[in-house]
Amino acid sequence: MEQLLKILEKNARLDDKAIAVMLDTTEAAVAAEIEKLEKDGVIYGYRPLINHDKIHVPFVEAIIELRVTPRKDTGFEEIARKVSAFDEVDSVYLMSGGYDLHVRVTGKDFRDIALFVAQRLALLDGVLSTATHFILTRYKAHGVILNENHTDERGNISL
Amino acid sequence: MINLSDKISKRTASLKPSGIRRFFDIANEMDNVISLGVGEPDFKTPYAIRRKGIENLEEGRTGYSANAGMMELRNAITRFLHRKYELSYDPAKEILVTVGGSEAIDLGIRAFLDPGDEVLIPEPSFVCYSPIVTLTSGIPVPIVTKEEDHFRLTPEALEGAITDKTKMLILPYPNNPTGAVMKKEHLEAIAEVILRHDLIVLSDEIYSELTYNGKHVSIASIPGMKERTILVNGFSKAFSMTGWRLGYAAAPKEAISQMTKIHQYAVMCAPTTSQYAAIEALDHCDENIEEMRNEYNMRRRLTVNGFNEIGLHTFEPEGAFYVFPSIQSTGLSSEEFCEKLLYAKRVAVVPGNAFGESGEGFIRVSYSYSVKHILEAIKRIGEFVQELREQ
Repeated sequence: MEQLLKILEKNARLDDKAIAVMLDTTEAAVAAEIEKLEKDGVIYGYRPLINHDKIHVPFVEAIIELRVTPRKDTGFEEIARKVSAFDEVDSVYLMSGGYDLHVRVTGKDFRDIALFVAQRLALLDGVLSTATHFILTRYKAHGVILNENHTDERGNISL
Repeated sequence: MINLSDKISKRTASLKPSGIRRFFDIANEMDNVISLGVGEPDFKTPYAIRRKGIENLEEGRTGYSANAGMMELRNAITRFLHRKYELSYDPAKEILVTVGGSEAIDLGIRAFLDPGDEVLIPEPSFVCYSPIVTLTSGIPVPIVTKEEDHFRLTPEALEGAITDKTKMLILPYPNNPTGAVMKKEHLEAIAEVILRHDLIVLSDEIYSELTYNGKHVSIASIPGMKERTILVNGFSKAFSMTGWRLGYAAAPKEAISQMTKIHQYAVMCAPTTSQYAAIEALDHCDENIEEMRNEYNMRRRLTVNGFNEIGLHTFEPEGAFYVFPSIQSTGLSSEEFCEKLLYAKRVAVVPGNAFGESGEGFIRVSYSYSVKHILEAIKRIGEFVQELREQ
């Protein structure tokens, strides 16, 4: 399972047959294992890694540091769920350290995100403060270094 | 004006340039070429090892080391050989740190050969042995290994090649380019012949850590063999440290002391930065080796399977990072196949005859590339083979 996940993490589009060969097992076994991982929620989705710098569709990303008041009975759970429910929100993490929720938001421009923060996020019950950080340049995302011309420098030796 | 070509020694002039080079030279001039040609790991040296090198540079440890290599490194090599292959050597007298495994091969051959001595070289194999033997006034004697024997050296083939001039056997396993390995029982079978004919063995085990389906066994661990074996190994393949140029020889002290003499006159000592880094590699990087081996193993299966599926029969290699598909079914020679493939589909592989005449009819394919790259290359080669068959 660990090896299978490793392979998929690197390239989720490899077909079951190639994976079966790599893991020295059958195609059916790979299909069954993936189905199980999906059913158990271990694999909760697949998506392409899109480099938005390469397409001319307006796209802005921001990280919002949220300080909130936890509830006596449910702690951070309730507010975290409320924040997660917004379509604009891509990810929500509870953090240790100087603030509570780390929220990644996407929109088509700065104004989009500013309005979302001012008119929706900041108004939620329990939100004490927000600090919004816009992402300026992406160098590496999801483990991949972006906008780098990869040339194989090997091959200059005779062995 | 001086005619330099006239002055070059006849022996040097007689050496043929490596046949691997030619195709890279053509490929480098073309766009959109994808290569499965390189005989070098695609992993970076593990970070901890690089860090160790950097630290020692920062601290200004940039002088020579002892000729035979830093004692601390020789200790680490001894521990490694014991832990991995159950071999015991005296770090003070039986280990020599060299500039890559290549230098250790050179020294081993030079220390033992007198003019006219014959050296047996199983082929197909790495391209350096025969030229070095020639430069040492020895006589290289190829022994053909066959696919039906899994490209292993058989006792019969060995016996058949021995004459009263034979002094040394080169044992290049796990093998570049075939990926063949010699398991314990195969080593035992040839050991008997080696002992009976009182031969020296130069065992090039540079790919030892890249052995799949079981553990590597060194011929030096077979009874009676250690006293006549020069074991060559290094850091390039196991630790992805090709550019650090570091290897070693382990052998009885009579051999090491003579080899050290040549080494001290020719290169003084191996690079010191590399030696510091190598200690870290041997002592703390088993996990990195394991991870790389796993990754290679997956690609190995994928590559073997891929070639068999496109109709190029491929023997299952159990070591190194090469597969050696037969292209005989296409009716082309190795060189024709590689050249046509390069022009038609822009895929670079190495013709098998670059590794000795017995490699004719095969190509060497390296799988030290990403899975995506391998799949794309095999797809193109598949199209090429299909088009050949339709002609």
